[in-house]
Amino acid sequence: MKKFLAKSYIWILLAVMYAPLVFIAVFSFTESRVLGEWSGFSTQLYQNILTGDMQGASSLTDAVKNTLIIAVIAAVVSTLLGTIAAVGIHNLRGRKRQVISFVNNIPMINPDIITGVSLFLLFVFLGVTQGYTSVVLAHITFCTPYVVLSVLPKLQQMNPNIYEAALDLGATPAQAFRKVLVPVLKPGMVSGFILAFTMSLDDFAVTFFTRGTEGLETLSTYIYADARKGGLTPELRPLMTLIFLIVLILLFVINVRQGRLARRREGAAKVAL
Amino acid sequence: MSKRSNWSAPYAVFLLLFVVLPLLLVAMYAFQDADGHFTLANFGKFFHDPDALKTFAVSLEIAIETTALCVLIGYPAAWILASKKYNRSAVTIVLFIMPMWVNALMRTLATSQLFMMIGVPLGKGTLLFGMVYDFLPFMIYPIYNVLSKMDKSYAEAAQDLGASPGTVFRKVTLPLSMPGVWSGVLMVFMPTVSTFAISEFLTNNKFKLFGTIIQDNINNGMWNYGAVLSLIMLVIIGITSLASKQKGAEQSENLI
Repeated sequence: MKKFLAKSYIWILLAVMYAPLVFIAVFSFTESRVLGEWSGFSTQLYQNILTGDMQGASSLTDAVKNTLIIAVIAAVVSTLLGTIAAVGIHNLRGRKRQVISFVNNIPMINPDIITGVSLFLLFVFLGVTQGYTSVVLAHITFCTPYVVLSVLPKLQQMNPNIYEAALDLGATPAQAFRKVLVPVLKPGMVSGFILAFTMSLDDFAVTFFTRGTEGLETLSTYIYADARKGGLTPELRPLMTLIFLIVLILLFVINVRQGRLARRREGAAKVAL
Repeated sequence: MSKRSNWSAPYAVFLLLFVVLPLLLVAMYAFQDADGHFTLANFGKFFHDPDALKTFAVSLEIAIETTALCVLIGYPAAWILASKKYNRSAVTIVLFIMPMWVNALMRTLATSQLFMMIGVPLGKGTLLFGMVYDFLPFMIYPIYNVLSKMDKSYAEAAQDLGASPGTVFRKVTLPLSMPGVWSGVLMVFMPTVSTFAISEFLTNNKFKLFGTIIQDNINNGMWNYGAVLSLIMLVIIGITSLASKQKGAEQSENLI
């Protein structure tokens, strides 16, 4: 009985949480311009998306493109910057380390709107024209701290003697970095990259304040502007449904692979014993 | 060894330019008038503006209520998910996090459309619902983390010594999980107190929150007043994060 109650609590919560998503998915199969109005089954919206023929919503294609380009650049740069910074921070001691760790935490604790407003004021103050560059710089600012925090634990787990041994055996610092540090840090870098990429994709507030006035739109700002005008571009419905499906499949694949890897390791351990 | 500490130099410069300087600029603009002269008038304007003060109070209230609801709804969920008896698969927790991969604005819009379709008038109730819906995973996840890593032998010892399940929960499990609750509180309160677009969608612009006034002022070129409002928000955030950090630290110190 208790078990039944506990299970139903979880499933009711999940049902409520997924209701809006199911709602979007269901109404992605009808052409009506208004979300929530059923005008007969149709896959027209999916065709529009897949053929890229958005019928008057071509700026949506641009918004998707901008979102992806910005996320890729921001994630790559913040992964590199954050990894190098983490190696530096790991080797810092005392006061300096405390200060840089504290400042590294600020963008994570700061609400998006404050990060956005403060960076907006920075670009105004420096006289930088706001657009692609300012948005990318802003995204790097709030993404890098997450990379630093993903890479640091890997450094703490590492045996420091290995790096020193590589140097003693005649490797140049660059070689030692590539052959010793990078393999150890890789899992941290990958999870940092994924975090940075998704944070950038999902950002609205920071982009909103730093994109300038030249009409640069990402998916978030596009949806916001669209909603303020009073109607959502119908193609957003199949787009969101597809994004969700892709995430679902990715997670499923990752789970299955991890399960298989774990089983293989177990098997190997048994053989070794 | 010492040379590699220099690797933090580029990032230190980056942080100085993109984190420290912007925050100093917020403070600077807050104390300046439109011509760049020092003034306290922007603060005076806020404290003499009944609308702004009311919005400020409403935002705090909504954020506190959202956070409280998230604890009330999220704690039992996290507890069930972390208990071996009720939930054996690790996939269920992932199901709670998954919706966050769909654009938050889009999900919020769908929620408000869903409310309109079933005939619920948009207002404070729908705002609270939408906020809880958006931020609940941030509460469930940290509590789940603490609960599932918790050493079960404490609870078992209490049970062996004759405590009823209710007492075990009240005296052992709940206190031990408080650090998770506090980090959840921080992760829900911060974004709710500063949100702007979500509140507009969920109330059809009926409810103005503090974030919306900041946005209005910055967008209309009232940078100095916008900076004051941001500074006030920063103070709130600073106080909450310090308080919850201290609470979390106290809790774990008292226990171990």
